[in-house]
Amino acid sequence: MSTGPALFSILRQGQYLVASVHTALDDSQMLRLQGDLIDEIGRSRSRGIIIDVAALDVLDSFGTKTLGAIAEMARLRGATTVIVGIQPDVAFAMVQLGMGTGAVATALDLEEGLAFLEDRLSQPSTARHTP
Amino acid sequence: MSESISTDPFGGLDTTSTAVTDEQLLPELVAHLREHRAKLRDEWARRIQEAHLLEAMTAQEMAVETTSVYDNYVEVLETGSVEALQQYARDLSERIIPRGVETHEVVGIVLLLRDVLARSLFEKYQRDFALLNQILDAYEPAANRIANTVAVSFVEERERVIRQQQDALRELSTPVLPVRERLLILPIIGVLDSERARQLTEQLLAGIRTHRAKVVVIDITGAPEVDAVVANHLVQTVDASRLMGASVIITGLSPTIAQTLVTLGVDLSKMNTIGDLQGGLEEAERLLGFTVTKEEGTSQL
Repeated sequence: MSTGPALFSILRQGQYLVASVHTALDDSQMLRLQGDLIDEIGRSRSRGIIIDVAALDVLDSFGTKTLGAIAEMARLRGATTVIVGIQPDVAFAMVQLGMGTGAVATALDLEEGLAFLEDRLSQPSTARHTP
Repeated sequence: MSESISTDPFGGLDTTSTAVTDEQLLPELVAHLREHRAKLRDEWARRIQEAHLLEAMTAQEMAVETTSVYDNYVEVLETGSVEALQQYARDLSERIIPRGVETHEVVGIVLLLRDVLARSLFEKYQRDFALLNQILDAYEPAANRIANTVAVSFVEERERVIRQQQDALRELSTPVLPVRERLLILPIIGVLDSERARQLTEQLLAGIRTHRAKVVVIDITGAPEVDAVVANHLVQTVDASRLMGASVIITGLSPTIAQTLVTLGVDLSKMNTIGDLQGGLEEAERLLGFTVTKEEGTSQL
């Protein structure tokens, strides 16, 4: 796992975590993001995660796959993930290379992502609250 | 102006009785064609009619055009310069292309004129075979050059028109129109080729960002056909829009396109499609939480 300064930041915002990626991440930084986020979910008892990739002008297959993995891991730890700020070029390149984010929710920007989580978490989850 | 005196140093040494130089031949030719102008032109017009060419034009227009083509033709034979003819052919093409005149018709009438004139030359010089040969030597290259010039001018003009129309089409190609807060409409009119599809994607994704759109309605009522490449591109555009947080509704898939897409095996399972634009807009409004109500008794119409 990479040492040195992190190229991303994880901020707590109420019951959500906001991870913003500042620049293109290499594979080890990506894994570090994954590890730190999953740790942090437990520590701050977060219900939602927003990953902001607005600063990225490329997103490779490993990055995409890791984002999908983070979402799945977070779900297992009880948090919903939304990816925000995918640039038009990045979006189309991802689709062309067949790297959709699968089942992960996406939103236009941070504001939209927060609105999405508010909306999602205000409805009682069928998985957790089955009578 | 034509020269009447031979400058050919060998002209006088020629022992045959038909010794005439090229410099004399052409003026003779031209004089012959001028002299029989009315007769030859009528003959030509008759042949054009027989061949069912230029049926888009009225008899009067035909008379005017055949006269000018004839005069231009003779002038080129006389001067050897095709510039005036080129200009005329371009003007003529500009006038007749919008009326649906085809390339084969234009080439056809010029070749007919060439034939009519050649026949008249045969008739005139049939008794003197050597002279006829010389006349044809002078006539044929010029006639070929004329046919060539007219055909090329016509095709060039046609290509210019096509290019112009393509540019126009590209300009008005893909407007991205906001209709309600966070709702965009993208009407697609005309054939979608891969270049237009690429442009469409670019503009749509940029539009989603600028207008912060949550729902996009792509209406393809105006697209006559879609091939596999474009269909896949459309699917990718829908996926990419989703990555940017907008859901896409496709409306107005024609029966033909629906059949093509399914036959081609394009995976449209993830596409949200609705029959017509009206239905698509209603669904989009529902997704965004708008309700449109009609107030009774307040209609201005």
